[in-house]
Amino acid sequence: MTAATAALACAGLSRHFGALRAVDRVELSLPPGARHALIGPNGAGKSTLFRLLTGGLRPTAGQIWLDGADITPTSEARRARLGIGQTFQHASLFLSMTAGENVALAAELRLGRPWWPAPAARRAVRERTGELLAQVGLADRAGRKAAALSHGERRQLEVAVALATEPRVLLLDEPAAGLSPAESARLAALIQRLPAHVTLLFVEHDLDLVFRLATRVTVMHLGAVLLSGTPEEVRLSPAVQAAYLGTGRRQDLFLPPDPAARDAEAADATSAD
Amino acid sequence: MPAWLDTHLVSLLNGLAIGCLLFILAIGLSLVFGMMDVLNLAHGVLFLTGAYLAWSIAGADPSWAGFLAAIAAAAAVGALAGAILSLGTERLARRSHLDQALLTLGAALIAADALSAAFGDDVHAVNPPPGLDGSILLFGKAYPVYRLSLIAVGLALAGAVHWIVERTSLGALVRATVADREMVSAIGVDERVVKVVVFAIGSTLAAVAGVLGAPVYGAGPGLDAAVLILALVVVVIGGLGSVRGALVGALIIGQIETLGRALFADLASFVLFGALALVLIVKPKGLFADSGRSRS
Amino acid sequence: MNRPGWGALPWRRWGLLAALALALAAAPLVLAPYAVTTLTRILVFALLAVSLDLLVGYTGLPSLGHGAYFGVGAYAAGWVAIHATASAPVTLAVAAAAGGLVAVFAGLVAVRARGVYFLMLTLAIAEIVQQLAESWHDVTGGSNGLYGIPAATLGGNALVGDQPVYWWVLAVFAAGILVLRAIAASPLGDTLRGICDNEARMRALGYRVYLYKLAAFVIAGSIAGLAGGLLAAQQRLVTPGDLGLGTSIPALLAVIIGGEGSLWGPCFGAAVVIVIRDYLGSTLGGHGSLLLGVVFVAVVYLLPGGLARAIRGRT
Repeated sequence: MTAATAALACAGLSRHFGALRAVDRVELSLPPGARHALIGPNGAGKSTLFRLLTGGLRPTAGQIWLDGADITPTSEARRARLGIGQTFQHASLFLSMTAGENVALAAELRLGRPWWPAPAARRAVRERTGELLAQVGLADRAGRKAAALSHGERRQLEVAVALATEPRVLLLDEPAAGLSPAESARLAALIQRLPAHVTLLFVEHDLDLVFRLATRVTVMHLGAVLLSGTPEEVRLSPAVQAAYLGTGRRQDLFLPPDPAARDAEAADATSAD
Repeated sequence: MPAWLDTHLVSLLNGLAIGCLLFILAIGLSLVFGMMDVLNLAHGVLFLTGAYLAWSIAGADPSWAGFLAAIAAAAAVGALAGAILSLGTERLARRSHLDQALLTLGAALIAADALSAAFGDDVHAVNPPPGLDGSILLFGKAYPVYRLSLIAVGLALAGAVHWIVERTSLGALVRATVADREMVSAIGVDERVVKVVVFAIGSTLAAVAGVLGAPVYGAGPGLDAAVLILALVVVVIGGLGSVRGALVGALIIGQIETLGRALFADLASFVLFGALALVLIVKPKGLFADSGRSRS
Repeated sequence: MNRPGWGALPWRRWGLLAALALALAAAPLVLAPYAVTTLTRILVFALLAVSLDLLVGYTGLPSLGHGAYFGVGAYAAGWVAIHATASAPVTLAVAAAAGGLVAVFAGLVAVRARGVYFLMLTLAIAEIVQQLAESWHDVTGGSNGLYGIPAATLGGNALVGDQPVYWWVLAVFAAGILVLRAIAASPLGDTLRGICDNEARMRALGYRVYLYKLAAFVIAGSIAGLAGGLLAAQQRLVTPGDLGLGTSIPALLAVIIGGEGSLWGPCFGAAVVIVIRDYLGSTLGGHGSLLLGVVFVAVVYLLPGGLARAIRGRT
């Protein structure tokens, strides 16, 4: 599958902070409708990669394609308009507004005219808001202020808000973080009900959720892709287990000052396994 | 000497002098904002207080004793005012930075009115202390000695601040707080103490700048607003929390205000705004602020 | 921040508004001329304050330089009245357009900044506009100001005397408030509130945040210009002081004291500011500013959300 047929793809994607290689030449290719999980131990670079894909951070090198079009230079807002939706790790809602208003604000962009009160558009936005809230299980919470919702309900609202922009690609940043097992299960069911044409990439620590929802998993370690494969392959891989148990070297995160030394290291690493 | 330089030497030197004065004023504003995100809108009124102190203590024709006494008084008043402002805004620290700025605005209004009640609405002129009140010949032009001494004091202070911030542990603390306030409190430094100290020092510098500036600007209503605007532009251009930025910004603005007014007269305001706009478009955080980190 | 619900107002509210409107309309018939001119000034200032609230309370852009657009509108209206026509609607239209135009240029730069940076920029811009007003003698009359502005005419009749001027100002004020209320209740208002609440999320949703902020800035500037046009019609004199901090700061004070984000709070805030500064001030030997400063500090400390939130009693 080439970049041209993938819904979301990146190649050689890197982000350095000085000498720190937070993301190192990552390559990903998500077919349309994918259910793809991104996992890895803390500090692996998942959040940084996530932000590179959504446009919140500029890459040091590499390219990103959306449906074959190069979106590397485009801004976060423009990517959102092109069809990339996201939820935030720390639920990012409009706390002074009700749940319904939160979703409406997102839906307004697709269905309404945010600068002109057209009654027909308002009606369409209201209907869509109702549908989405029902879809995520918050139909009875429409009038409640977002600040008054429980943590789990806010997560559900996050998803509704993201869906309201009708994304082609949806990126979820640790959607189950801080959820109880019951809430987690509800969220998993919600994600399973998402439209099949939406390409899904989610970063998660909860491995049960990952193995339940994902058809492909990418494991990151020290900024680079360690392994990309089916959940089974990942679960059984000794390299992945070693990474999670912390046998990686911290100095691998940093660029060695001498290019010859870097090449020698790379030669060592590939011959070690 | 080229004709252009000949005509404008005086303005150039004036620009340098004003720039140095602005640096003394702006460094306090920059550090307080860079360290605790509090915009001290009372900074201008502190300058005016210093100017009035110069006039009332040292008088229109000061002796050295009087002038130095005025400086000492200004330092004391400035430090006290800074401490009060710091404690006052501390109570609002959990609310927005805007609320803290608004508080300093309220304090500025009260202080400005109190000053005008105490000292009247006239503009009072102050002469430089003896020995500094003459002019010397510089390249065939008479130039006020006082302004040259301002340049000397300003540069000396810049050197001192640079040394303190770069070479001492207090300076390291300041730089660390500008870069990441929460980390500093995580390593056990009581950030409230740091805040009070920085606020006090910054306010002291502002008040002392007012005394030093009295022979140039005099003392009168409206000076506080004019000087606050200039200080703000300096701080925005230079970058918050950056000593080097404050110096460069102050020198630039000093030149625009003097040489700019000599060359462009009334359009100098546009040049000021244009410079501000240009810097903000190219480097939104100021010339020397480095995405949240600052080096002096 | 205060966020009034803009759903259908209950009967009691409508009743209250109607009573207030009636009282305002009938005021000149019962009040002394001095009180009428004061009330006129309050209405003009209130329109300025509410336009500022669209920026401060709704969009979260704290401006300390809003007087600039007010003053530009006043000068434009005065200039047109002297040199072209004194027709009231024309001068007001020019005033609003002038305020809006200057706001476009100022906003293009200012709106790129956020929070306290934005505050600093608006302050600097307003100061520069004031300096321009003081030095451009030919057009603005320099520090003497623009004087001898003829009375505005409405349908051929000159608006002379405190009563006709008052009613004209009241009518325009009401229209201005209705326009601002309509904007706040519209999708644009929701967008601005969203930007105020969580700008990063708005960007992540795809909103062109910069353009919306600029739009809010220009709308606020136009209405401020409109209020300035009213000032020119009432005072028939415009000075650089009408442009500068002497107007910008009280306007912000009015918004904060009245309650930012409520749109009606700043009207009361405006009344409070003018009464304290100009009336209580004269009984205190001219130190209205000091009392105003004290009241302001008290409000910032004790009444977050201003009078509006205190009256509504909600947190």
